[in-house]
Amino acid sequence: MVLKPERSERAFRFDYLGFIMSVNQTKDIKQFFFKKRWWVLTAVLLAFFTLWTAEFEQANTTSVLVSTLRHSTPLVLGAMCGLLCERSGVINIGIEGQMLMSAWGGFMVASASGSLLIGVFAGIGIGMMMGGVLAGISVGLRGDQIIAGTVINIAAIGITSFFFSLGRTLPSGKAQVIKLGPLADIPVAGRVLFSNKPITFLTLLMIPTLWFLLFRTKWGLRTRAVGEHPSAAETVGISVIGMRYFNVIIGGGIAGLAGAYLSLEAVGSFERGMTNGKGFVALAVMIFGRWNPIGAWGAALLFGYSSAIQTQFQFRDWLTNDPQFIGIIPFVVTIVVLAGFVGRARPPASIGQPYSRE
Amino acid sequence: MPIFAVALAIATGAIIIALSGSSPVDAYKALIEGSLSDSKSIGRTLEKATPLVMGGLAVAFAFKAGLFNIGGQGQLVFGALIAGAVGYGITGLPWIIHTPLALLAGAIAGAMWGAIPGILKASRGAHEVITTIMLNFVALNMTDWLASKVWREEGVIVRTPHIESSAEIPRWGELPTGFFLAVVIAFACWYLLRSTTFGFEIKSVGLNPNAASYAGISVKKIIIMTMSISGLLAALGGAIETQGVVGRYEPGFNAGLGFEGITIALLARTHPLAVIPAAVLIGAMEAGGSMMQFKADVSPEITDIIQALILIFVATPLVVRWFLSQKEANELSVSTTWGS
Repeated sequence: MVLKPERSERAFRFDYLGFIMSVNQTKDIKQFFFKKRWWVLTAVLLAFFTLWTAEFEQANTTSVLVSTLRHSTPLVLGAMCGLLCERSGVINIGIEGQMLMSAWGGFMVASASGSLLIGVFAGIGIGMMMGGVLAGISVGLRGDQIIAGTVINIAAIGITSFFFSLGRTLPSGKAQVIKLGPLADIPVAGRVLFSNKPITFLTLLMIPTLWFLLFRTKWGLRTRAVGEHPSAAETVGISVIGMRYFNVIIGGGIAGLAGAYLSLEAVGSFERGMTNGKGFVALAVMIFGRWNPIGAWGAALLFGYSSAIQTQFQFRDWLTNDPQFIGIIPFVVTIVVLAGFVGRARPPASIGQPYSRE
Repeated sequence: MPIFAVALAIATGAIIIALSGSSPVDAYKALIEGSLSDSKSIGRTLEKATPLVMGGLAVAFAFKAGLFNIGGQGQLVFGALIAGAVGYGITGLPWIIHTPLALLAGAIAGAMWGAIPGILKASRGAHEVITTIMLNFVALNMTDWLASKVWREEGVIVRTPHIESSAEIPRWGELPTGFFLAVVIAFACWYLLRSTTFGFEIKSVGLNPNAASYAGISVKKIIIMTMSISGLLAALGGAIETQGVVGRYEPGFNAGLGFEGITIALLARTHPLAVIPAAVLIGAMEAGGSMMQFKADVSPEITDIIQALILIFVATPLVVRWFLSQKEANELSVSTTWGS
């Protein structure tokens, strides 16, 4: 990955590019489609497959797309947590545990206080605390990052089961759908994009925001520098330890939001082990998306789609006697895409290594 | 130093038990009573420890080549199911052939299942952490299907028929023979890694794949072989469990074992022989957990918390060094990057 140049130079290049674009636009578009021909082909095939399984009916198509977005939300949030940590050089395999703890904490607080909003904030807060634990072990104490993440996963299962009492409910019910006025009435697209629950909307806003922060701001440049070459970053006066602490804690907050999504927006209660591997799938999503929020969103949608299509299979009465074969679709899709299409994605150079100032 | 980490974790666990309103002394007394007091409870501890030794070995072995195998769970259920199928499906063999045959079938199934992520990594650069997790979910669904459709016992419960007595691993008094088999395999792994060319090649790839490749070692071959052996070890754990303890395959078989394998491998600092005491320790906690709930009214999940605490203290030598004021930096590192 090439680091972005300094601000003045970048502004100049931006103008320059804009000029070239207007001259050679057709050629650029052709080149774009040629470069991404496999992705374009996949997208076309998927679109056709969706329409076909939905029997070319609008209601069915909409419901598949709605379900895709719903399945993708916790995955893209988890992936954003992962890439925020890894861009600064810390592997976070504890996303699963962070999500589980926040789902539990958010639910307990919302159930006790009666307010979903307080519950969501509690979930984010607990996620940040778990991020703090990860940062404390792996950055502060220079422990091994994989072990630190595993610690969080195991501890989360233990703590949430140990302190969970059955029979609690949410007095306010789970989060409700918000419709964005007339936009929500557009056929297909309006139902899918403008008629969602609050955390889903927030996620849709966070994806481009994080992309901008990561690739167009000073903080983003520093984060990536710390992840690629920490000692070089330190020599120009960036605090490697400080950046890592900050990013891992913020990342934990994002994983916490994903946890709150599961218990307060998607399900409306807490179940033991309710994350069910989503934190790990989010890591796959992050790698598919090449450590880029927009890419991660695409990957999360693909994965969400392969989960959503299960319902469609049941709808058309395919494989209903052998539901196990429907159940493996998302996982097989992940493996095939990882092995077939993505090739060799390159992670930030310094991940996995504890940093100590010599 | 790991012993000190364990002591520190148990002390912290005592504080948590006290905070939740029970007596830590009673709880630990019950834990020991349930796991180590007589030959029956020791048998139960070793029984629980057997798949843990194998799961720990699987993770530790892969670590030596710089690979992180989180797919122990999937490999284990495949081994358990295939061993169960061979155990009931083939009749009329003497036990001296039938028992090893079923074990071998389970082991080979696991080795093949483990080879998939190895091949995907070697040929396509797909990261093994992701593929092994995905294959866990696939394996759980496939074994579920096989147990409910192909090899199902007549009746309402989804499970395979009980294996023939000729395929059962016998008990030695109260003690499970399977545990001793696992110990022998641990020694075999230790010898393989320490004293053979193949073991040297595995460690070279783990330390520096570029240097290994430069020295003429085929890195791809080593990756595939290591993942296969790792899968074989985990699957043998499942096969021993089927043939020595459960007697058949049932869905929901040993949930979560793959992750305990990680804990054990790390506690043992990836040394194959140290895996044995680490697995016995965790096995004792699991064997005594129900007694602790019964006698001291402490939820058995406290053992999960203690396991996590042990890991924290093992993973962060700095914490333990504050207590012991040791000077040597004896730091543990297993992370390699995601890199392909």
